[in-house]
Amino acid sequence: MAAEIDISSVASATRRFTLSRLQEELARRLEPLAITFLAILAGMGLFSLFLLALGKSPLQFVQLVYAGGFGTWFSLQNAFSRAAPLLLTALCVALPARLGLTVIGGEGALALGGLGAAAIAVPMLSVSHGWPLWIAMGIAGSVVGGLWIAFAGALKHYRGVNETISSLLLTYIGIAVMNHLIEGVLRDPASLNKPSTFPLPADGMFGKIWGMDVHWGFAIGIICCVLAWVLIERTTIGFAARVSGGNLRAAQIQGLPVGKLIVGFTFLAGAFAGLAGMIEVAAVQGSANGSIIAGYGYTGILVAFLARHNPLAIIPVSILLGGVAAAGGLIQRRMGLPDATVLVLQGTLFISVLFFETLYGRFKLFNPEMWRKTRAGKDGE
Amino acid sequence: MEETALGLWGVPLAILAGAIRVSTPFIFVSLGETLTERSGRINLGLEGTLVFGAMSAYAVAVLTQSAWLGVLAAMMAGAVFGLLHGFICKFPKVNDIAIGIAMMQFGLGLAFFLGKPFIQPVAPKLPAIPLGNWSSLPQVQAALTINVLFIVGLILTFSIAWMLKNTRVGLILRVVGDSSDAARAMGINPNTVRLLATAAGGALAAIGGAYLSLFYPGSWNERISSGQGLMAVALVIFARWNPKGCMFASLLFGGAGALGPALQSVGVTQGYYLFYAAPYVLTLIILIMTSSPTTRLSGAPEELSLTK
Repeated sequence: MAAEIDISSVASATRRFTLSRLQEELARRLEPLAITFLAILAGMGLFSLFLLALGKSPLQFVQLVYAGGFGTWFSLQNAFSRAAPLLLTALCVALPARLGLTVIGGEGALALGGLGAAAIAVPMLSVSHGWPLWIAMGIAGSVVGGLWIAFAGALKHYRGVNETISSLLLTYIGIAVMNHLIEGVLRDPASLNKPSTFPLPADGMFGKIWGMDVHWGFAIGIICCVLAWVLIERTTIGFAARVSGGNLRAAQIQGLPVGKLIVGFTFLAGAFAGLAGMIEVAAVQGSANGSIIAGYGYTGILVAFLARHNPLAIIPVSILLGGVAAAGGLIQRRMGLPDATVLVLQGTLFISVLFFETLYGRFKLFNPEMWRKTRAGKDGE
Repeated sequence: MEETALGLWGVPLAILAGAIRVSTPFIFVSLGETLTERSGRINLGLEGTLVFGAMSAYAVAVLTQSAWLGVLAAMMAGAVFGLLHGFICKFPKVNDIAIGIAMMQFGLGLAFFLGKPFIQPVAPKLPAIPLGNWSSLPQVQAALTINVLFIVGLILTFSIAWMLKNTRVGLILRVVGDSSDAARAMGINPNTVRLLATAAGGALAAIGGAYLSLFYPGSWNERISSGQGLMAVALVIFARWNPKGCMFASLLFGGAGALGPALQSVGVTQGYYLFYAAPYVLTLIILIMTSSPTTRLSGAPEELSLTK
């Protein structure tokens, strides 16, 4: 008699488990989506209040962002172009974040990566154009950027230096080194008002993606995001990194090579930012100069946090913020707002998204553990 | 004649003068961050607070023609930034380091936004006391023209050091910083103490910003700060959360920051950008030397996420 009851209850429990498993998985996946959406909505609400206080119309702002960043094929392509560096600088934040590190030095790695790429192009130009040149520039940019951020990672692991502070200090140093070299040995004497390296010839520049007015850097950025996702979610190395990020002590006890993971991931992170610098040089500027320091590294921090450090989520978020940046000019002209408006919006969204972190685990709808608790309570009765 | 008579002695003199002139914002920001970190929380956003302080001080000084009202406005703005940081960090699962980064970006963006109309107008400067009139050398006179805020900073250093050690407020701050549980057992709400400590830290950091825009370099533009707010946070670690240590470290950093302009003044123009980077390199070297991968930093508040 007792045995029969046991069997039936086990059977029903198994059935319930398989049925609700899909639901649970769905709920878990929806939680970050819903909370991020709420956070963006709240951030936009606060920003609207700010605009209202200035006597500007939030509705017009949203309309202009849509028109300038997403509304037409032309503006959407503009958004894609501006998203290209963000995809890569966001990876520079997201990869170390999965290991529990807050690296914010993408701007410096971008600057030096662009410089490295431009520097290697100079002696190569007489020999080759096109693919060999771009591959050499890409490698130079990524290695320089990678070493720069890996230095911050190594300092963290071997010396216990806080990586957030060291990576930002390295950004200031990197930009100073770049300025020193483009006004010194790497300067093209023809660049009078704006010190630059020797420019790439027209056929040394990146072309446009077929049928689009968007340079190939955007495609490279998306490929890098997909590769980074595969690395983190589908490989043993990525698994080891996630374990270390979740609990460093446990990872060490398990014998995971934490030091190699930290240095390797920070190298890869910096390499992506350096590649962003190379793309800015090869697709937009044509040479390394002050214009490549345009704040992509800092916007990348916001992109990574909005995407919750998920490389695939970085793609839509980059396009979103790329579109906002693309609409910046339109907003300035039509609404008479200064160019810093986009910075205020970004800052508001950033604070809002971090604030809404506190909502994780609060909603029963998204947390299957809570369903089980109440169910167990009912079963107990 | 005197210019040539001074010769290369101009370099150490300029560094000394620079140490006094450049160190003042470092003193205020690092004292503010010391207060905040002693309560067990880190505010990485002081760079944003500093720049917003510089902007609001300059704007109010332009509008009221009073530099001191500008400083007061900066303090209030800085306190509001601190309150916002402290309020958000009160909630569970919120990361104080990440909020600091966000506040930095928000502060910079808002300062550039609101500060646009104030780039052109000229604001009254903060008064300075000429202590070098005994010398006939103009360089010495210039070097010893000391701003009132520098003296306020020195007085504040010793008052905060005394306050932390000898007063009830200091005790409460240290208890909260070392153990939230002990504080709760004493009937103190750690979140309230941290909120107030972050607000005080923000107000002090904003005074540093007011000094930048109202005395040296004494103008408002978007490149007014070159990372002083961030370096000051690193400097607090070096100073082991000790106000007097902050003051000495600030003077050291001021000297390093003055190296580039000092060498330029005697005709060394090569590698200007590299000398300009000297304070960052120095900060990094100091961080490397004073950090340790295995043991907790001595003097660090136990509740501080930075060193956990």
